[in-house]
Amino acid sequence: MPAEKKEVADTHDSTSVSDSAAVSEAVFVARGVTKVYRMGEVHVHALRGIDLDLYAGELVVMLGASGSGKSTLLNILGGLDVPTDGTVRYRDHDLTRADDVALTRYRRDHVGFVFQLYNIIPSLTARENVALVTEIARNPMSPEEALDMVGLKERMDHFPAQLSGGEQQRVAIARAVAKQPEVLLCDEPTGALDVRTGVVVLEVIERINRELGTTTVIITHNVSIAEMAERVISLSDGRIAEIKQNRTKRPPAEITW
Amino acid sequence: MLTAMHRKLLRDLWHAKGQALAIALVLSCGVAMLVMSLTTLHSLTATIDRYYNEYRFAHIWAYLERAPKTLLPRVAEIPGVSHVQTRVVADVNLDLEDMPEPAIGRLISIPDRQQPMLNDLHIRQGRWIEPGRRGEVLVSHAFAEAHQLRSGDTVRAIINGRLRTLTIVGVALSPEYIYEIREGDLLPDNKRFGVFWMGETELAAAFDLEGSFNSITLSTLPGANREEIIARLDRLTERYGGLGAFERSEQTSHRLISGELEQLRAMAVITPVIFFAVALFLLNMALSRIVGTQREQIAALKAFGYSRWEIGLHYLQFVLIIATVGSIIGVALGAWFGRALTLFYAHFFRFPWHEYHLDWRVVVPTIAVGLAVASIGAVAAVRRAVMLPPAEAMRPEPPPEFRPTIIERIGIQSFLSQTARMVLRTLERRPLRAAMTTLGIAFAASVMILGSFSSDIVDYLIDYEFHRSQRQDVTVTFFDSTAGRAERELANMPGVLHAEGFRAIPARLRFEQRSERVGIMGVPSGSSLMHLMDDQERRIVLPNDGLVVSDKLADLLRISVGDVVTIEVLERERPERQVPVAAVVRQYTGQGAWMDRQAAQRLMREQDRISGAHLAVDSDQLTALYAALKETPGVSGVTIKRAAVDSFMETYAEIVLTMRLFNIIFGSIIAIGVVYNAARITFAERSHELATLRVIGFSRGEVSAILFGELTVLTLIAIPVGLFIGYWFSVLAVLAMDTEDLRMPMVIEPATYATAAATVLVATIASVLFVRRGIDRLDLVAVLKTGT
Ligand SMILES: Nc1ncnc2c1ncn2[C@@H]1O[C@H](COP(=O)(O)OP(=O)(O)OP(=O)(O)O)[C@@H](O)[C@H]1O
Ligand SMILES: [Mg+2]
Repeated sequence: MPAEKKEVADTHDSTSVSDSAAVSEAVFVARGVTKVYRMGEVHVHALRGIDLDLYAGELVVMLGASGSGKSTLLNILGGLDVPTDGTVRYRDHDLTRADDVALTRYRRDHVGFVFQLYNIIPSLTARENVALVTEIARNPMSPEEALDMVGLKERMDHFPAQLSGGEQQRVAIARAVAKQPEVLLCDEPTGALDVRTGVVVLEVIERINRELGTTTVIITHNVSIAEMAERVISLSDGRIAEIKQNRTKRPPAEITW
Repeated sequence: MLTAMHRKLLRDLWHAKGQALAIALVLSCGVAMLVMSLTTLHSLTATIDRYYNEYRFAHIWAYLERAPKTLLPRVAEIPGVSHVQTRVVADVNLDLEDMPEPAIGRLISIPDRQQPMLNDLHIRQGRWIEPGRRGEVLVSHAFAEAHQLRSGDTVRAIINGRLRTLTIVGVALSPEYIYEIREGDLLPDNKRFGVFWMGETELAAAFDLEGSFNSITLSTLPGANREEIIARLDRLTERYGGLGAFERSEQTSHRLISGELEQLRAMAVITPVIFFAVALFLLNMALSRIVGTQREQIAALKAFGYSRWEIGLHYLQFVLIIATVGSIIGVALGAWFGRALTLFYAHFFRFPWHEYHLDWRVVVPTIAVGLAVASIGAVAAVRRAVMLPPAEAMRPEPPPEFRPTIIERIGIQSFLSQTARMVLRTLERRPLRAAMTTLGIAFAASVMILGSFSSDIVDYLIDYEFHRSQRQDVTVTFFDSTAGRAERELANMPGVLHAEGFRAIPARLRFEQRSERVGIMGVPSGSSLMHLMDDQERRIVLPNDGLVVSDKLADLLRISVGDVVTIEVLERERPERQVPVAAVVRQYTGQGAWMDRQAAQRLMREQDRISGAHLAVDSDQLTALYAALKETPGVSGVTIKRAAVDSFMETYAEIVLTMRLFNIIFGSIIAIGVVYNAARITFAERSHELATLRVIGFSRGEVSAILFGELTVLTLIAIPVGLFIGYWFSVLAVLAMDTEDLRMPMVIEPATYATAAATVLVATIASVLFVRRGIDRLDLVAVLKTGT
C-alpha cells in the first residue's frame, strides 16, 4: 500500500511538513541535473538535465539502454558523486553542495547500495561482508538474519571465491538491506541470477520496501521487473524519456522472464 | 572486538605475508643496526663515565725526568686543580717463561698502603701490596689474561739494569689503561706489553728517585681552565725535564676509545639510513599495489559510509603492523648484536664491569623512527585511497595504455620474441617503478660493499703501515739516547740482517695558534726500513733538511709544504727551532713527523746519538736475538712487529668472518625483499593476464619468462649501479670515520665487489623461484572468475 508511509522520526522536518499536501512527500528532489565527464578533449554528457521527485517509501524501477546514464544518476542520488550542474536534495540534505564529510554521513546513515559489479570484499566471508555495514549502521539487523533473507544462511562463512556469481550478488543485497536503510539503491540486482533466485532477491527488496518504508530504486534491463514498481522511469541518452505509473504492483513471485 | 575491517586487514596481511615479512625484515635490519650501535654506544659511554668517576680518572698528565716532591704543593696551588698525584713510571724489560722474546712491562708506583688515588685500581683478583714486602706487584688484567698469571706467580724484570723477581699479589684494572696499548704503537699486544703497579717506596728506590717523581697526574675542578693549568704546569716542570702536560684528549687509552666511539656513532647513522630507505620504498610499492587492486573495495567501503579517515587509517594500519613487527624483530636482533658488540669491545677495552643496557630511551625513539619510516612510505598510497572518488571506482579500471617500445620504434623488433616485447613494454610503461626496483636491488649490493669494505681497509692499512711503510721486524728502544755505535752493536747481534738507528725527539710543533705534541723520528735519509710515501703512495726520499709531516698532522696544524713551523723540543736542552715543512706524506694511523737523522742531531746540537733502532732480522735466529737483547743493558723495549700484527689479525679475522656473514645476510635480505616484492607485485597485477595466457595455451615456462624477464633485466642493470653506489657509500663512511688517530684509505677489493654481485644474483634467483611456485599453483578458474 503506497499510501501507508512509515515516517522515520528523526528525519521528520520542515520540508516534509510543507509537502504534506501531496499524497506522500518527495524525499528526493532533483532539478536540472547534468553530469559531464571530461576526458581530455572529449566531453561525455552522461546526464543532460534530469528533473525528478522520488517519494518516501515508493519503489521505482529505472530502465534504459546501456550508457543512458542510469548508474550515473543512481550514484548521484546515493551521494557517491555530485552533478556537474543542477540540484539534488534528500529531505533536508543538499547533496549538491555537501562536502565529503556530509556525504559520507549521509551514505552511512541513510543509504543502502547494491552495485552493478557487486563489490564484495574478497578477503571477507559472506557474513563479514555484511558485518562491514552493520557495524557502522544505526539500526541494523544481524548479518545472519540478512543472509537468511537472501537464502544464504548455509553459506555464511564462505569466502566470495567459494560462491557463484549469483551468490555473490545475493551477498551484496544482504549487505545493502542489513542496515535497514531509508533509501535502497540497486544497480542491476538480478543481473547474474536465474529466475528463481532473481525472484527471491526481488522479494527481499520488496519486503524491505514494504516493511520499512524504504525508498527504493532498482536499475534493470529486464522490463518484466518493472511490473513490481509503483513508477517506472525510462532514461534515454541522459534524459528522462518517460515516467510510467503502474496501476497495480505485481508481487515479485508472479514475475517471470 | 574484531571488526570486519580488522578482519579484512588481517586477511590482506596474511595474503601478502611473504611480502610483509620481507619488508619487515628489511626494516628490522635498519632498526637492529640503530639499536645495536646506539645501545652499545650508550652502554659503553655509561660504563666509561661511571668508571672514570668512581676510579677518579685524571684530567691532566705530565711526564718529566725527575722532580722533587717539594714541587707538589706548588702544583696543587694552581687555580682549578682539585687533586694531584705524583708517581714513578718506568718501562722495563720482562723475561717471561712462556715466550722467548722479551716483553715490556710498565711499572707504575702506587701508595704503599691502599688509599684513594687518581686513576685508582679496581682489584679483580688478589689484594693490594703489603708495605715493606719487596717485589710485590699488581698486574694488569689484559696482560695477566694473555699469560695466564695469577696471584702467587712470579715474573722476572730487568729493573735499572738489575734482574729482579716480581711476585704478583693481584690482578687489577685501571681507567688509565682501559685500552692497554703502548704510546705510539698502532696495535695492542697484550702478550708483549703489560702494566704493573708497585709500591712507591720500592719503585722510587729502584730508579734512584727517592723523594722524587717523574710523572704527575691531576684532576681539575668543574669549569677549570685546563689550558691555563697546563701552561702553568709546563712552566713548573720545565726545569725538571718536563715533556709537556696534556689532557685526556691526548691520553692514549682515552683517545683511542673516543675514536672508536666516534666511528660507532658514524656507523649508527649510515647503515640504518640505507635500510630505512629501502624499506620505505618497498612499503610504498607494496601498499600502492594493494590500493590499486582494491579500488573497487575502497569505493564500496566509501559507499557504505566509511569515512576517508577510516579508510586512510585502514591502509596505514597495514604498514604500521608490518613496521611494528619489523621494529620488534629489529629491537630483539639489535639487542643481541649490541650485546655481542659490547663483548667484542671487551677484547680490547677492559672494564671492571660489563654492562649492556637495552635502554628504553634508545628503543622507544628507534621504534618511533621505524614507524615513521613506514608511515612516510605509506603516505602516497594512503593518500590515493583517501582521495579515490567512489563513483569512478565503481567502474572497472580502464586497461593500461601500451605503446611500442623505443626498441620497436627504432625498428629492430624482428629480433625480439613476443615474450621479450611484453617484457620491454611493461618496463617502459612504468619507468619510475622500474627505476625504483633497480635502485632497491642496487641498494642490496651497496649495503654489502659498505659492510665488507672495512675489512678490506684493515687489510690494506696493515699492509701499508707494516709491510710497505714500516719494514722493520723488530724495534729496539733505549732508556736514554745512546751513542751511535749502539747501532753497530745491534747489527752484530745474531740474526740481525740490518740495523738502522733512529733518533726520536719528543717535541711540540707550533704553527700560528695551533700546536700538537709529537715524536719526531730522525731516520737515515736512505732508510731501507722506513719508507715514506706521498699521496700517490710513491716512495719519497727524506730531504736532508726540513720536516716531513703526515697528512693528518698537516691537517691538524693546517700546514703545507713551505710553511715554517716551530719545534719546541721537550728533552735535554729543550731547544726551540724554526723548521720549514719539506714534504707531506701519507700515513693512515697516528700523527707522524720525520727528519733526516743527521738533521735531527743537528737540531739537538748533539753528536751522533740514537734513541733506538729498527732491525731487519732472520726469522730463524729470533730466539738467539731475543736472548741477546734481554742481556743488553740500556734497552727499554723491544717491539716485535710481526707478533703484534699476528695477534691483532687473529682477533680481527674472527670478527671479519662474522661481519662477512652478517653482510651477506643483510645484503640478501634487501635483495630478496626487493626482488620478491617486485615479483609478487607483477604477479598480482598481472595474474589475470597470465592466467589468460595459460588458458590460451602458453606453457608455465613461457609465462614465467614474461614475469621474470623483467626482473632479470632490472637485476642486471642494478648490480653495476649498486657497486657504484656502494663505492660512494664507502667514501662517505670513510669520511665519517676519520678520527685523529686513524685515517682510512679508500680501498675496495675486487673480491668484495664480486661477493656483492654474486649474493644479489643468487638472492634474485631464489626469490624468483619462490614466486614461480605461485605460477605453478595459479588457479586459472579462480583468477578468471574474480579478476583479482
Ligand atoms: N567515470 C566516467 N568517465 C567517463 N565517462 C563515464 C564515466 N562514467 C560513466 N561514463 C559515461 O557516461 C555514460 C553513462 O554511463 P552510465 O554508467 O551511467 O550508464 P548506464 O546507463 O549505467 O549503462 P549500463 O546499463 O551499461 O550500466 C556512458 O557513456 C559512460 O561511458
Ligand atoms: Mg550501469
